[in-house]
Amino acid sequence: MAASSVVEEQTTKDDLILPPDYELQAPEPEHCPGPESEGAGKSDACNGCANKDICESLPKGPDPDIPLIIENLSQIQHKILVLSGKGGVGKSTFSAMLSWALSADENLQVGAMDLDICGPSLPRMLGCNKEVVHESNTGLTPVYVADNLATMSIQYLLPEDDSAIVWRGSKKNQLIKKFLKDVDWDYLDFLIVDTPPGTSDEHISINKFMKESGIDGALVVTTPQEVALLDVRKEIDFCRKAGINVLGLVENMSGFVCPSCKGESQIFRPTTGGGKAFCKELNIPFLGSVPLDPRIGKCCDSGESFLDLYPDSPATDAILDVVEALRDTIEGK
Amino acid sequence: MSDEPSEPIASLKKVKHIILILSGKGGVGKSSVTTQTALTLCNVGYRVGVLDIDLTGPSLPRMFGLEEQSIFQSTEGWIPVPVETNGAGSLSVISLGFLLNDRSNSVVWRGPKKTAMIKQFMVDVQWGELDYLLIDTPPGTSDEHISIAEQLRWSNPDGAIIVTTPQNVAVADVKKEINFCRKVNFNIIGVVENMSGFICPHCSDCTNIFSSGGGKELAKAYEIPYLGNIPIDPMFVEMIENQSSNQITLVEAYKKLSISSNFQQIIQKVLDKKLEPRC
Repeated sequence: MAASSVVEEQTTKDDLILPPDYELQAPEPEHCPGPESEGAGKSDACNGCANKDICESLPKGPDPDIPLIIENLSQIQHKILVLSGKGGVGKSTFSAMLSWALSADENLQVGAMDLDICGPSLPRMLGCNKEVVHESNTGLTPVYVADNLATMSIQYLLPEDDSAIVWRGSKKNQLIKKFLKDVDWDYLDFLIVDTPPGTSDEHISINKFMKESGIDGALVVTTPQEVALLDVRKEIDFCRKAGINVLGLVENMSGFVCPSCKGESQIFRPTTGGGKAFCKELNIPFLGSVPLDPRIGKCCDSGESFLDLYPDSPATDAILDVVEALRDTIEGK
Repeated sequence: MSDEPSEPIASLKKVKHIILILSGKGGVGKSSVTTQTALTLCNVGYRVGVLDIDLTGPSLPRMFGLEEQSIFQSTEGWIPVPVETNGAGSLSVISLGFLLNDRSNSVVWRGPKKTAMIKQFMVDVQWGELDYLLIDTPPGTSDEHISIAEQLRWSNPDGAIIVTTPQNVAVADVKKEINFCRKVNFNIIGVVENMSGFICPHCSDCTNIFSSGGGKELAKAYEIPYLGNIPIDPMFVEMIENQSSNQITLVEAYKKLSISSNFQQIIQKVLDKKLEPRC
């Protein structure tokens, strides 16, 4: 099957989950102001574009959904984004750990939202990837991992575990909006938002949609090597451009202790000084480093809490220290 | 969609093979595998081009030690940045990283801009004669992937090498990528399991940090070829990070690493398939 027909086929299938607000007739031109922007249909690039009429007729001005989002999130005390420009550094792992650690306190209500639409990992790590969410007239009810830990992810909406979500950005944006507007979180002390790697649609949208509800800030995750720091640098630049407060940086996978000989090695060698030097250079708080422990990966695969199962691991101590430092930053202000 | 090409891409006319490096998961080593594939093919004597379509997190300029370089424009189009190989094949790279003024600048682009950029890479880059063009991709199955699939629709690419790490969390995302390949008709050349075990430099015991065997099981479950596994080798990262102070070329330095023999076996399996050249 050819690429375009796939995209079309996917569109019709997706409609079961999410009806599109509008359908463009052609791809947006290079200097497209964006179909939802103030200048849609009016800019120079719009002349001759097949979408001109569609864009012109779309509602303009402030997004009418923003007040609905503010209303829906009004009972959430703290909202934390977990970000990293780089993939596979442990954003979801850390989001899961943070959720487990915070919800260990029975007096706290915690929510974890997975914005990684093409590669959702959070449900598996929290041990609920087989759960299914149905939409009702009150919205989407999150999946409860524990009495005080609720989660939402696209994984719960997929017909099959390994269905590929072949979506362009505009479709992802609609789902993100839906998650913010329609998920019935009720009261939460903390909402943790796990994001995909990069600085693109998901990141622009979550900031745009949530900004007025108040985002406490971003926890940035990295690994020690320069190739990862290079991408994380871009993410911090994004945070600054977007006006997102950087709560701090955590360095994951730093150092590995061989279980046979107890010798320590640097698997992802911090040739440029790692997370700590990086934080100093960019003037952001360094929250700590978490060593590699092969059991973390196993726990993530089986959806169990590493913190509960291995309270003696040095990694557990390190994670709890980071969580505490993070809470101090958020609640101290 | 009207913007799609209706014929093979002209700039790829003299490229014999096109291979994409894909993975649903981030940080599994797509760029490392791309780099190693390129270096291994160069060592065999092939002319290799590398295209980086990870627009918001381009890693290849750093991988090849080209961070300060930029793309030159000729009357025919963009000229890929060459890597010194000292006579072993040839190697040139195109990445958005070369077009940024400052390495810490973020590229905050929504889908349509990314699509336009990929199209420009396809139309404007003068690859010339190549034996292999490797396309490194970002994680996921979204704008970049749909765009490259549309662009290559008539260009008959050889297929995709899928990279995974052994743990279930990664394999789950990679399954989605395989389903994507099937939908867009990309042939799957095979699966490579990266970061499969770490050999302790102190006692030589191998620890499976991210468990093991996930790639092989995946290949079996989806009936696709398994190309092999690569252990974590801190020496590789070291070579990448210290290449500016090296006296020898990257191709030569890589040959001396112990993982290069692992990788050679993987590439041999690809070469043994005798994939039909495009031209």
